[in-house]
Parts: sequence; C-alpha cells; structure tokens
Amino acid sequence: MDATTLPARLAETREDFLALGVRDRLQLLLEFSNELPELPERYRDHPDLFEKVEECQSPVFIFVEVEHDRVHLHATAPAESPTTRGFASILVQGLDGLSVDDVLAVPADYPQSLGLSEAVSPLRVRGMSGMLARVRRQVRERVAA
Amino acid sequence: MSAEFDSAAKFAEYAHPERLVTTEWLAEHLGQPGLVVVESDEDVLLYETGHIPGAVKVDWHTDLNDPVVRDYLTGEQFAALLGSKGIARDTTVVIYGDKNNWWAAYALWVFTLFGHEDVRLLDGGRDLWISEGRPLTTDVTEVTPVEYPVVERDDSVVRAFKEDVLEHFGNPLIDVRSPEEYTGERTSAPAYPEEGALRAGHIPTAASVPWARAAAADGTFKNRTELDAIYRDEAGLSDGDDVIAYCRIGERSSHTWFVLTHLLGFEHVRNYDGSWTEWGSAVRVPIATGSERGEVPTR
Repeated sequence: MDATTLPARLAETREDFLALGVRDRLQLLLEFSNELPELPERYRDHPDLFEKVEECQSPVFIFVEVEHDRVHLHATAPAESPTTRGFASILVQGLDGLSVDDVLAVPADYPQSLGLSEAVSPLRVRGMSGMLARVRRQVRERVAA
Repeated sequence: MSAEFDSAAKFAEYAHPERLVTTEWLAEHLGQPGLVVVESDEDVLLYETGHIPGAVKVDWHTDLNDPVVRDYLTGEQFAALLGSKGIARDTTVVIYGDKNNWWAAYALWVFTLFGHEDVRLLDGGRDLWISEGRPLTTDVTEVTPVEYPVVERDDSVVRAFKEDVLEHFGNPLIDVRSPEEYTGERTSAPAYPEEGALRAGHIPTAASVPWARAAAADGTFKNRTELDAIYRDEAGLSDGDDVIAYCRIGERSSHTWFVLTHLLGFEHVRNYDGSWTEWGSAVRVPIATGSERGEVPTR
C-alpha cells in the first residue's frame, strides 16, 4: 500500500495503532468506539436509507451521501457491539468529508494494515473490510446516479 | 475446593444441574475463594465496557486458539492461560457471555477438552445480569497468578474431525446454523467478501435445529420439557444416540453440545469444530442442498 495515496487521517490512525502494543490497540479501538458520532437528526428515523453490513457479526448499518464531490459517511451500531462500532468510527473519521476519488482510492486492504489481526483476530477484521467495500460501492452508486 | 451447587428448582429437571448457576447464586457467591468468574463474548471489547465485578476475560479468538495452526491451545498454553487468570485445577469456574452464552458455551467446551472438572455457565448470561440491574464495573480485576498443571488435551470424547463425520453417517447429525445456511441459499451478494466456504448447503442427513432455539426470550435455557420437545420429538434424537453437532466454525454448535450433554443427558455428543468452513471447502465430501435432510451417501 502506498502511504502517499492514503488519506491523511487514515494514515494517522494506522500509525497510532502500529505504535502501540497489542493490548493497547484494543484500548484505542475502544476509544474509537466511544467516539462514533450519533446520526444526524434528519436520518434517525430512516432505517430504509441504511445498508446492513452482512460481514459483521453484529448489526451495523451504513449510509453514504455524496454532495458536491464530498463524501459523507453515516454509521450506526449498538453499544453492545463496541468492536463493530470501533471499526465504523475509524472509517467515519477517516473518510467523512473526503472527495469521491480519494475515497475510491483507499486500498481495500486498509483494515488489514492496522495491526488488529493479533488484537481482535483476522476473522473480526474482515467485518471492517466488508464495511469499507460497501462504502466504496455506495459511493460509486451515488456518483453514477 | 469446589463451590456449592445451585439448587434452583428449574435446574433439577436437567441431567446435570451442577453445570448451571443462576444470577442470584452468582451474586451471592461473588468473591468467594475457589471461584473464578470468566466473561467470554463474541465482541472482543465488550468486557472492557463493563464486566461483572471480579470477572476475568477469556477471548475465543485470541486466547483459546493457536495463533498459527487452526487448532486449540496445547496443554502448556492452556496451563499458562488459566494460571494467568488465577484459575487452579480445582477452581470452580463460572462462565458467562453475550448472545445467550453463545461464546461462553464455546469456552466451556474448550475447558472440557482439557478436562477442567468444575466449569459452569451462568444461566441467562451477561444480558440477564444487566437486565436485572446487577452491577458491572470497568475496574481492572486484580489477579494473583496460580499454577495450573499441564494437562494434555483430549480430542477423543467431545470433539469430532472431518474423518469422524464421514464415518458417522447413519447416526444423527445436528446442523445448528440458520435455515438459510442449511438450505444453501446465498445471503450475501457476489461482490462482497465471502465467509470462507466454497460450497453452500449441509452435511447429508443432518437435522436443522438452529442453536438459539434452546434459549428462552430472556437468554436463559428453555426448560427440560421444551428442550425435549425440540431435540427428541422434533429432531428425533433418542437415548444412547451418538450425535455430532456442527455450525460454521464450531461455536454455535458448542451451545447445542452443552444442551444435549449437560441439560438433556446424552452421553455421546461431539462438536465438529471444523464445521462448515471446513466441510464446505473440502474436496469430494457429500453435500445436500434444500430443506430436506438428504440420504446417507453411498460412497
């Protein structure tokens, strides 16, 4: 993965994770989990807009908006699923506000590069890959529409 | 040194009531010497958001599996893990977790591979404890490490491998996955990451009994009469049967293994932990699709 093509915030998140030992990576993921923004009020009663991420064992729903070439990512997952919330939060913080091209340029294997396989297991990291794949697909759909 | 058993009336109907404790029992016995409470969840971070006071965490992925080979810990690794959690060979272990004790039952099954004698489940698990308003804490549990002996894992009694399943045809198999997984329908579109099996369907002759049917709405196990109706009357199991249960990676079927072995008293139940992620990718093993169980393979 070429670091120069990775959006600054995602690159920073990766550096933060990789600088920590395995146990502290879990704590950092928990911090991300606690930081997942609430849905904007206008979307709270619109479950129809959201797509379920089937790759995650816990229910997580995402919804992408594209306005004037800027991508906005909304995600919601229950408090009982902190790992899934953490994954969603990393992507929301890393992708929200980027251009369409920048989001589509994020490598599909970004989740595998965070050093989380040891801390949470490769199977769980797959859930984040599923989330990223769906974000990219939704962005392409919005642009084509 | 073993903690007293829970004499709750509901448990008395089960074959092995000593394998369960109620939330009341646990609340009364918390902190008692010789008792260690273990939380084991699907979500690896849930324990950190709040756990039963004094409980330690055992994660199914990162603690119980060998980091390289698809297998469980060795005797040395298991001894190191349990010792580090303050569990001695004669400690009473009570395991609880999220989602109807799905992963708690899996941890209990792995403890059983090493013959840990006194290991029990908290009936209703984490959710019931919380819904009853009982305390959680984020305080770090202080553990005094103890010595746990190196005990060789015994895979011969409660664990089945693919070869065992191939020789098992003619005896009951229980598929505990969702009906969609059983019939072989695809639930995810082709462009999405796959779950890791190349073929869909079920092992021929397996009865479909989704694991969570054993749980009541509050996450506790259903009573003896209800469980007998599901597994004996509906799935057709009878006393003396040699049974193998499977799911996708062996976790949900641990829950069913617990029900059949400890609640209903079947003495020969094995969990096929390779499950669908192995069977659905193995070369030349028989597979049935659709809602019918299928025939015993002839070759």
